[in-house]
Parts: sequence; C-alpha cells; structure tokens
Amino acid sequence: MNKRLSWFNVTSLSLGFAFLYLPMLILIFYSFNASKLVTVWAGFSTKWYVALMHDQPFLDAAWVTLKIAVSSSTLATVLGTMAAITLVRMGRFPGRTLFSGMIYAPLVMPDVITGLSLLLLFIAIGLDRGIFTIMLAHTTFSMCYVSVVVSSRLLTFDRSLEEASMDLGASAFTTFRLVTLPIILPAVVSGWLLAFTLSLDDLVIASFTTGPSSTTLPIKIFSAVRLGVSPEINALSTLMITVVAVGVVSASLISKRAIIKQRREEQEGERV
Amino acid sequence: MNLRRLLLISVPYLWLTALFLVPFLIVVKISLSTTAIAIPPYTPTLDLAQGWAGFKDFLSQLSFDNFTFLTQDDLYWKAYLSSLQIAALSTLFTLIVAYPIAYGMARAPDEWRPTLLMLIILPFWTSFLIRVYAWMGILSDEGLLNQFLLWLGVISSPLHIMNTSKAVYIGIVYTYLPFMILPIYAALDKMDDSLNEAAVDLGASRLSAFWLVTLPMSRPGVIAGCFLVFIPALGEYVIPQLLGGSKTLMIGKVLWDEFFSNRDWPVASAVAVVLLVILIVPIVLFQRNQQKQQEAES
Repeated sequence: MNKRLSWFNVTSLSLGFAFLYLPMLILIFYSFNASKLVTVWAGFSTKWYVALMHDQPFLDAAWVTLKIAVSSSTLATVLGTMAAITLVRMGRFPGRTLFSGMIYAPLVMPDVITGLSLLLLFIAIGLDRGIFTIMLAHTTFSMCYVSVVVSSRLLTFDRSLEEASMDLGASAFTTFRLVTLPIILPAVVSGWLLAFTLSLDDLVIASFTTGPSSTTLPIKIFSAVRLGVSPEINALSTLMITVVAVGVVSASLISKRAIIKQRREEQEGERV
Repeated sequence: MNLRRLLLISVPYLWLTALFLVPFLIVVKISLSTTAIAIPPYTPTLDLAQGWAGFKDFLSQLSFDNFTFLTQDDLYWKAYLSSLQIAALSTLFTLIVAYPIAYGMARAPDEWRPTLLMLIILPFWTSFLIRVYAWMGILSDEGLLNQFLLWLGVISSPLHIMNTSKAVYIGIVYTYLPFMILPIYAALDKMDDSLNEAAVDLGASRLSAFWLVTLPMSRPGVIAGCFLVFIPALGEYVIPQLLGGSKTLMIGKVLWDEFFSNRDWPVASAVAVVLLVILIVPIVLFQRNQQKQQEAES
C-alpha cells in the first residue's frame, strides 16, 4: 500500500484510537475520584483501591477465578494440542468430520446456549455445581481455540524436519518432544494465554455452570454493575487493564526484539 | 504406535462428545418435553432401566408444543426479529467505523504498523465486561457525554441514550471493532499499490481509484469481518443487559430470563434450538467464504 498518509488517514486513525481508548482512560481517571458519584470530580484519592483491598468477597472471587483460569487453560492447552495434531497429522479416521465440526462449532456457539447445555448436562448426571464444573466448561470451549491456533502453526511447518529425526532413529515420542514441540511452542504458549484470558473473562457460561458457593470475579462484577456505576469497580477495572496492558506491551516488545535479532543473524549469515 | 494413535485421537474426541455433543442433544431433547412441577422441571425423563419399551414410551411423549408456543407468543418472534435487526445494523455501523481505521493502518509507514496492530489487539485482551461497563458512566442521562454536550451548548436537555437500543449499538460497535478492523487490514495490507497507481495513471481520480480498485480488493476482508461481528452479536447477552435496559429485546436475554427467572427449561431449550437454526445460515456462508479465500490463495 501507499506509504503517504493523507489528512483523511490521520484523522480517521486519531478518531478511531480515541474511540477505542477514551472510555478506558475515563474509567481509569474516575477510579481516583474522591466522590462516590462517578460523574462528579471531587479531588484525587486512592481510597477505592484501599476499599477494594479490604473487600473480602471480591478477593475470594478473584482467587476462585484465578484457580479456574490456570487449571482450565492448562488442561485446554493439552487437549487442544492433541486435537490439533489429530486434525492435521492423523489423516482419515472414522468420525473425522464430526470431530472437526466439534472443534469449530463451539467457536461460533452463543455463550447462552453453551452455558445452558452444559448446565442441563451437569444436572442430568447429578454433578454438584461449583469450581469444578466451571473448570470443565471453560476447558471445553478453550480447547477449541487452542486447537485452532496450534493447527495453523502445524500446517505451515516443514515436515521434513520430523522425517529427518525419524530417519535418524528417534521414536515418534522423542521426535515430538525434541523437534515438533519446540517448533510449535510459540503457538502453544499463545493458545494457553488465549485460553487463560477467555476463562478470566467469561461471565455467561460461568453463571450457568456455577453453584451457590462459588462466585467468579466476572459474576461478582456483573452483579455489582447491574446496580449502576461504582468507583470500587472502576478501581478493580483499572488494575485489570494495567495488568493486561503491561503483559501485551512487553510481549510485543519481546517478539519485536526476537525479530530484529533474527534479521541480524540472517544478514550476518549472508555476509559469511 | 497404533495404541498411541488411538489414545491421541480418542481423548479429545471423547471429551468433546461428552461435554459438547451430548449436552447439545440434551437441549434438543428437553425442548421437546413439557414443563412439569417436579425436579427436574420437565417430563418425560428417559429411564434407561425400562429398556426398549421405556424408550418407546419416552418417544411417544415428546411434543413440538414448545415450538408452537414460540410462534404464538409474540414476545419470542419479536425478540428474534429485533436481535436480527440489532445485529445487522450494528455490523453495518462497525464496518463504517472500522474501514477508515483499517485503511489508515494499511497506509501507515512500516515502522508504525506493529504498534498500531498492538493497539488494536490490546482491547481484545482486556475484559469484555469492563469495556461494556466503561460506557455506562459515559452514556447515562447525567453521564459524561451529556455533560460535555451540555457544556458545549449543542443540546439543551440531556439525551436519553442509556437503556435504549442506541446504547446497545454503541456497545456492540465498541467491543467488536477489532474483529472488523483486523480482517480488512489484512486484505488491504496484501494489496499491491501499483494497481492504484496504474488506475491513477490511466486518468482515474483518487476517489474513483479507491472505489474501483481498493474497495473491491478488500472485499474478502469486509465479508469476513461482517460475519465475525454479526454471528456473536446475534446471541449477545451482556451488552443488552447492561446498556439496553428492559425495553431492548434480544434473544440471548429472553433465553436467560426464561431459564433463570421463569424456570421454564423446555421453553428456554426451544429458544436455544431456534437461535441455533437461525445461526446456521450465516455460519455456513462464512465457512464457504473462508474456503473460497483459501483456495484463491493456494
């Protein structure tokens, strides 16, 4: 594309990014507001952060959410990677069409339907609802996202590397551990991160599959904000946005450095 | 080797069958049952202990009453229609907002692009719920948007946006914007600019070169983006619940209320089945579009 930005491009980019970021900046700004009324500025204060730190139900919910997110994303990464290898490497087997359908369907399934169907299953088999059932539900939809991310990496990599390893006498498992896994590892890691964020973020499916004793952070936030805007939620949102922003920015800096390093090595290789 | 292969295939296969396929079949089954005051609140229940006779008895008790009920009560078809309308219009609005941004990104200098891309993806990683919540303080009657417009003197009394479908449109455009920008940007990025230059050299104005060359070239991205917004928007629950108020009807909200407030499981299941049938059309079209794209590239 053309590398000259017209005034129109500059305006649309600035307005676009303002639209994307202003609401979040406003949220962050008002989390430091001394007034309980969110729309009236009454001076700088960090009291909502202090209140949040002493709000035991919120801290409990955060802990529950984290436990579910770590366990479900780890399990989903293992299952999703297995599913990706099955889809890309296993060729034909009975029921392959159904299998790939079951991988792609959850990606487009509305949350309300996924939640409803899982709840009806848990009731039908008499499973007590709580952290465990939410974890099962999250694993199920996240493994499909993981498998899509990993299979796109599997499709593009050079299979002769695996064949060379097998020719040199390595077993299938050793080849997977020493050749395949290191190559697909970036995709596996991004799959895990995606699954982790999806689990942290999910409100609807967790609401359906939770029991009376376990409340996740999104459920807690949702029931609080239904009553209106609250400064404590603003403080919580600010913390969550900050964590994500630091994570994403540092991840992109790391990958940028890796690309620069790779380019430099390639250039040196050309010189030799 | 064969045992290992069997294990590799069967573990994810069985997991998805047990936690995706079976639950869905249960929804279909319950949608054909009748409401009962019992635990569980529907009949018939399938009792496998009675063998084949029990199964035949079970089949004879299934009915389409819930689906006929959906057509009789106008709440449901109104909710389906208004969901379709809200999803379609907000997809259009998202396209209008997203296209100039994607276009600007594709024309930006190379060294800016990774940063611009990161800035588009970053909101996707932050909580969806928080991004919707952020608009509650902006759109309410005494919210910041109204304060700002009153201060400017553009309006003399506050606009009512919160708790109307307008707020739902804004919420959908805001939260789904990256899904529209990314595929359009990807399509524009692949485009060879010499095509545009050729059009201009041959006497086209910049505007008609855009209209006749750039826009058609970006069509696959536009189509993909529209599906990526329309499909999830149709079953949306959080946005209409937080921003739409009680008057905005959307089917995700109806399903939720039917299940949690009315405790009518058979009707909630029937609502889910019909929603899925409606969704099959755009999903199949989307898949065809993606396949055509892949074939064209290879």
